[in-house]
Amino acid sequence: MSISGEWYLTLAAALFTIGAVGLLIRRNVLVMFMCVELMLNAVNLTFVTFARMLDDIGGQVVVFFVLVVAAAEVVVGLGIIVSIFRRRTDATADDLHILRG
Amino acid sequence: MGLLLAATKVDMAVFAVAALIVLSGAIGVVVARNPVHSALMLVMTLFGIAVLFVAQEAHFLAAVQVMVYAGAIVVLFLFVIMLLGVDREENLEAEDLKGQRPVALVLGVISLAEIVVLGGAQWATGASATGGAASGPGPNIEKLARALFTRHLFAFEITSVLLVIAVVGAVVLARRPPGAVEADDAAALEEVGS
Repeated sequence: MSISGEWYLTLAAALFTIGAVGLLIRRNVLVMFMCVELMLNAVNLTFVTFARMLDDIGGQVVVFFVLVVAAAEVVVGLGIIVSIFRRRTDATADDLHILRG
Repeated sequence: MGLLLAATKVDMAVFAVAALIVLSGAIGVVVARNPVHSALMLVMTLFGIAVLFVAQEAHFLAAVQVMVYAGAIVVLFLFVIMLLGVDREENLEAEDLKGQRPVALVLGVISLAEIVVLGGAQWATGASATGGAASGPGPNIEKLARALFTRHLFAFEITSVLLVIAVVGAVVLARRPPGAVEADDAAALEEVGS
């Protein structure tokens, strides 16, 4: 018998919060992107936990799709970051004020 | 009974160690000054998550987690960090937006409390499975594949379209317009020469 799902869900909530706080306090776009990955992983953990608690394989199928979408998202996001910050020396979100009116 | 107790203790130990790895890695991602260190801390967190997947009988997802996330995605991050040359220490004390950090921390604590309070009463509804059982005889990958290629076949096909779109989008984004290449090369040559 493995340990109950509440522990996993609490851990996932803590991981999600750390990712959200990191997204808010960091200014380096790459680190902000990594914090998004942390949040995605927290949600994956809840999906797998619910798949076990409810005995439903559908939760794991959703995690599979989240992995695919996360891979696509990282490719496109990093492409955007490279094209924006190619001519700069640091990748700071606060420097992106070229759209300011 | 003794065997069951021992198994539970092992499970508890595995969960405790993996949770410690996950949380310390996540905090490391947030507080590391160097983006490369953040990426390596992210690898640590992803491995911890993979261990938790194995502990919950999601063996295929644990393998995919290590291969896709810890393998491909973090390597992509490291490539971009090196390509942009931003692997320098960042001054974490500098605060462009006054009061951003305290407000972010307070918001984080509030949202965590909210999740735990709202979800704590009723984590799961207990509704019966409709997508096929996760437990029972047979390997995990077989059940996952059965669900993926029957009930979720259309979504599976759509993800292939998504991947093609992502590849095309990445190529279009990373490609420089033909005129800019010569200008960039000339600028680089001037920099080298001067």
